[in-house]
Amino acid sequence: MSHDTMHIAFTLNGKAVEIDVLPHERLLDTLRYTLGLTGAKEGCGEGECGACTVHLDGLPVNSCLVPTFQVRGRDVRTVEHLSPALLAPLHECGATQCGACTPGVVMAAAWIRDNSHLLSRFSIRELMAGNLCRCTGYDGIVHGVERLVASEQGAA
Amino acid sequence: MLRLEGLSKLTGAERYADDMPLCDFLWGMTVRSQSPRGRIVDIRFDPSVDWSQFTIVTHRDIPGCNEVYLIEKDQPILAATHTRHIHEAVVLLAHPDRQALRRAVGKVKVIVDELPPVFDPRAPLAPEQLQHGTENVFKALEIRKGDAAAALTAAPVVVEGEYATGAQEHVYIEPNAMIAWTDEAGVICVRGSLQCPYYVLNALKHAFAREADGVRVIQTPTGGGFGGKEDYPSIIAVHAALLAHKSGKQVKIIYDRDEDMAATTKRHPSIVRHRTGVTKDGLLLAQDIDIIMDGGAYVTLSPVVLSRGLIHAAGPYSCANVHVRGRAVLTNCIPHGAFRGFGAPQTHFANERHMDRIAAHLGMSPVELRRRNLLKKGQTTSTGQVIRDGVDRCELLDAALDAARYDARRQRHAEFNRAHPYLRRGMGVATFHHGAGFTGSGEDYLASKLAVAARSDGRVEVRSASTEMGQGTLTVFTTIAAEALDIPADRVVVANPDTHLVPNSGPTVASRTAMVVGHLIERACDDMAGQLGAARGLSSAPRGGAFLAALDAWGRENPGRELVGRAQYKKPEYVQWYDKTYQGDAYATFSWGAYVAEVEVDLRTFSTRVTDFVAVQDIGRVLNDTLAAGQVTGGVVQAIGWALMEECVWERGAMKNNQLTNYIIPTSFDVPEINVKFIQSPYAHGGGGAKGVGELPMDGPGPAILNAVADATGADPCELPLTPERLMRLIPSGDAP
Repeated sequence: MSHDTMHIAFTLNGKAVEIDVLPHERLLDTLRYTLGLTGAKEGCGEGECGACTVHLDGLPVNSCLVPTFQVRGRDVRTVEHLSPALLAPLHECGATQCGACTPGVVMAAAWIRDNSHLLSRFSIRELMAGNLCRCTGYDGIVHGVERLVASEQGAA
Repeated sequence: MLRLEGLSKLTGAERYADDMPLCDFLWGMTVRSQSPRGRIVDIRFDPSVDWSQFTIVTHRDIPGCNEVYLIEKDQPILAATHTRHIHEAVVLLAHPDRQALRRAVGKVKVIVDELPPVFDPRAPLAPEQLQHGTENVFKALEIRKGDAAAALTAAPVVVEGEYATGAQEHVYIEPNAMIAWTDEAGVICVRGSLQCPYYVLNALKHAFAREADGVRVIQTPTGGGFGGKEDYPSIIAVHAALLAHKSGKQVKIIYDRDEDMAATTKRHPSIVRHRTGVTKDGLLLAQDIDIIMDGGAYVTLSPVVLSRGLIHAAGPYSCANVHVRGRAVLTNCIPHGAFRGFGAPQTHFANERHMDRIAAHLGMSPVELRRRNLLKKGQTTSTGQVIRDGVDRCELLDAALDAARYDARRQRHAEFNRAHPYLRRGMGVATFHHGAGFTGSGEDYLASKLAVAARSDGRVEVRSASTEMGQGTLTVFTTIAAEALDIPADRVVVANPDTHLVPNSGPTVASRTAMVVGHLIERACDDMAGQLGAARGLSSAPRGGAFLAALDAWGRENPGRELVGRAQYKKPEYVQWYDKTYQGDAYATFSWGAYVAEVEVDLRTFSTRVTDFVAVQDIGRVLNDTLAAGQVTGGVVQAIGWALMEECVWERGAMKNNQLTNYIIPTSFDVPEINVKFIQSPYAHGGGGAKGVGELPMDGPGPAILNAVADATGADPCELPLTPERLMRLIPSGDAP
């Protein structure tokens, strides 16, 4: 297969990674099936549900829409990189039920926490609208993100 | 208590079926008929593909019966001679490379001699369209109380209405997933995303002509179900097992979203007609209700969905004369099946919209009309069930109106609507009930079993087939067992459902888990504590510190052993149900709700936005505030989707918009915060005093929201989803700005 593949290097959760990938390979599949990071989920495969959200150079992206070769030289962070301590507010507020959307929700929430200046222009409900959840009705998620942001601001 | 598996889900550590590392396995995929109805004349494999690299399964490879084991066995596992819907499975393929497999699926052509299909459950039938019985009717049911026909003739006011609801797709975020293999002992094993391990077990036994010890079903963490993983996983499990059996390898079937949305069950579309006799003061004299549900191509769960729909059709109201008729009818659409609420949301929608129409007809407030008719303790439902327990229905209604500041807001809306050029605000109410547990004699027939083991390591293990799929089974079962024994929750573990290890506590459906199965935990704990007390020579079954001391002492003397307490369902003594006449206690008890919706309609775009929502309910005792509130907010938002935006577009009996791009479910930005309140009244026969909560919140929002749109605009919407296109047709263009 080597004649079909491309060799790329990128940073994954703070560590250097070098792999061979197929030109049409999706970042989601590379993470899940090649690198064993199964936190990100495939909910729709077309960028609608957000269950596969990861951070690419600090921005949330749907990893099902990113060809893996495009991440060469860039910084990829997945839910596995987050500190569990950070997740307590989401846990307490009932932000997870079945858990299938949760890793994506958590990555969006972490991005909001790291960019809380956005909340002067956008509501949490607007910023979370790229992550479909079918269980919670969103209140648990929205309350959890509010508390996450508040705890971060309290700590700063 | 916090959700026990919450951190595992939040960190991404939870391993769902597609997350499990597998070695040397094949992917499995399904070739479907592509024709809504016809005779299969040939299956052509494109010669450009090297088929020797594939495992190929057809109906001929099924060792046992080619029938999906459910209420009726009319659905084939793989179509052999005929196809009844466009996504019917015909051939299964397996291959190590998923991309090669995807390409190969498109290279198999099922050649069908087409026969005339039926798509409209109300259309008159030509003889050549008959496919089931003499009328294509899967099930017909009737409820009679008093003499509705005579009472209608005599009634001073009669109000009629016809109401329709559309199909709804579950959109659990984890698509269907199943892994199958044969173990060293020759046992056919599957593990996957499912609600009902023993349904899958029965399907495997039937398909492979094996006894229970020859098959095994293990649940993996399940990313949502909502009824969608009640019966359909049986099909996928048998498919995966057939491929594994033939190939001798592990086989994994993961549905892509588009396949999952196209091929799996949906909520039954319904048409409900009401004729209601009332006094001029708004007292109900007679309710005549006619229900049609579109069952799709096979029986699946339609008889029981219809049954629940019928029993809830007259609403939570007292009326001496009721006649309800219902039919579930075959069409050549994909089979419709279980979805949260299971027939009741459809009939509650019709009844609650109809109540507002009656109120308008009488010039009475919809709140007052409900207040005058809501069931009081000692009164009877349409099946003659005496209401014995629960919070007074008017108290729930008042609490909801208070929380919504109903009167003050409506006054403000009237002023706003007069002044605003194109925005219209309104409020709507719905009062409703939902029976917890299986209908009628269902729980008796199930005779669910559960075990609680006291282990020598000092832990207590709850063993049941009830699955965690996000609703909180693990946490709630732990709470119930810890409370029953008065011990810390960290001494309790809940076994993962595995049919080799857990007894059959019944399917995880019908809002029965906390109430019915939870109560079995308490009884099994009693049994187990009694055994422990006897083993230690105590005068009574120990609890609390005495229990732990006794267990620790027993465990030291009996390493590796366990004491197993057992319980089997016994109906409460007062419950009497007569299946022949459809009379009596349809459910051991009901949960009750009173919901108030506020909407804003934009007359430029005809879009409707829910701007406030109050959900007040009686679910018995609340076992966990966060989990119970999460059930309500989640159910309400699913119902907002059903009411306003989730439209299945059909073409030749298939869902045409089978993508999340064009089947729109609510996002966080589409819905308001839901104001959830519980008024508690512990139920004596429920686990920890609980009644059912899962389905109730699906029943109220649809009618409350459409009632609010009627209030806002003066239109009389009778069909959901109330998309902008539908609302536009209801509002005369002269009213638009």
